[in-house]
Amino acid sequence: MKLTIQVNEGPYQHQSSDTAYHFTKAALEKGHEIFRVFFYHDGVNNGTRLTTPPQDDRNVVKRWSELAAEHDLDLVICVAAAQRRGIVDDGEAERNGKDATNIAPGFRISGLGQLIEGGIQSDRLVVFGD
Amino acid sequence: MSDIKKFMYVNRRAPYGTIYAWESLEVVLIGAAFEQDVSLAFIDDGVYQLTKGQDTSGIDMKNFSPTYSALGDYEVNKIYVEKESLEERGLTLDDLQHLVWEDEDDDWAEKDSIRLVSRAEMADVLAEQDILFNF
Repeated sequence: MKLTIQVNEGPYQHQSSDTAYHFTKAALEKGHEIFRVFFYHDGVNNGTRLTTPPQDDRNVVKRWSELAAEHDLDLVICVAAAQRRGIVDDGEAERNGKDATNIAPGFRISGLGQLIEGGIQSDRLVVFGD
Repeated sequence: MSDIKKFMYVNRRAPYGTIYAWESLEVVLIGAAFEQDVSLAFIDDGVYQLTKGQDTSGIDMKNFSPTYSALGDYEVNKIYVEKESLEERGLTLDDLQHLVWEDEDDDWAEKDSIRLVSRAEMADVLAEQDILFNF
C-alpha cells in the first residue's frame, strides 16, 4: 500500500512524532511504500538539526534523518509553517535574509500542495496529531 | 493524476487558542487549486470558528474569520456544521456567518454553503470521505 504520513506535532512535547516515526518504520518493514512524510503545524520542529536531546534519550530528529537516508524517504516541511517557527534551509535563508539555516539532513522545505498531492497519490493519508 | 477524491477538513478547535484553525484554512485554500471534491466539517469547539462579529483587537492576533466568506469563490461550498455542537455551546445558525456561493450552473444563483447536520448525519458524511484532514 502507498502511504502519505502527516505529522502535526513537535518532538518531545507530543508523542505523535514518535508514533509517526514508529508507524513509518513498521510500514516500510512490512513492505509498504511511503510516498511522502509531510510535517505541518509544530511538526516542522522535527526537522531542525540544532536539536540536542540528553544523551540517554532518543534523538527524534536524527532518527528521521537516518530513516530517510536508509529508505530514500521524501521528508517535506511545510514552508508557511516553517517560516512562522524558524525552520530554515539555504533557499529560505536567502529569500528571507536570515543569517543561518537549521534544516536537518534528509528534509526539504516545500508548499502545502505537497500534502494535497500526497493525499491524491496515496492509498491512505495517515495523520499523527493531537 | 488519479480520479477525484473526496477531501474533508475536520475542524474541532476554537479559532485563536491554538493555530490549528488558521493553518487548516491555509490548507483548504491551497488544496482548492487541486480540483478535488472538497468539504469542511465543524464540530465541537470548531463551530466557534464560523461565528460572526469576531474581534481580536484585545489579543493582538490576526482576525482571519473574514477568510471563511471567501471560500465560496474557491468553490468550497459544502460546509457541514454539527447541530449538537452548536446547541451544547448555546449557539444557533444565526450566530454564524452567512456563507454563500454562486452556482454557475444555475445562473449564478447565490446559495447557502452551510449545511446543518446532526451528529449521526455527520458520522455518515465522515464515513463517505477518501481523505480526512483532522485539525
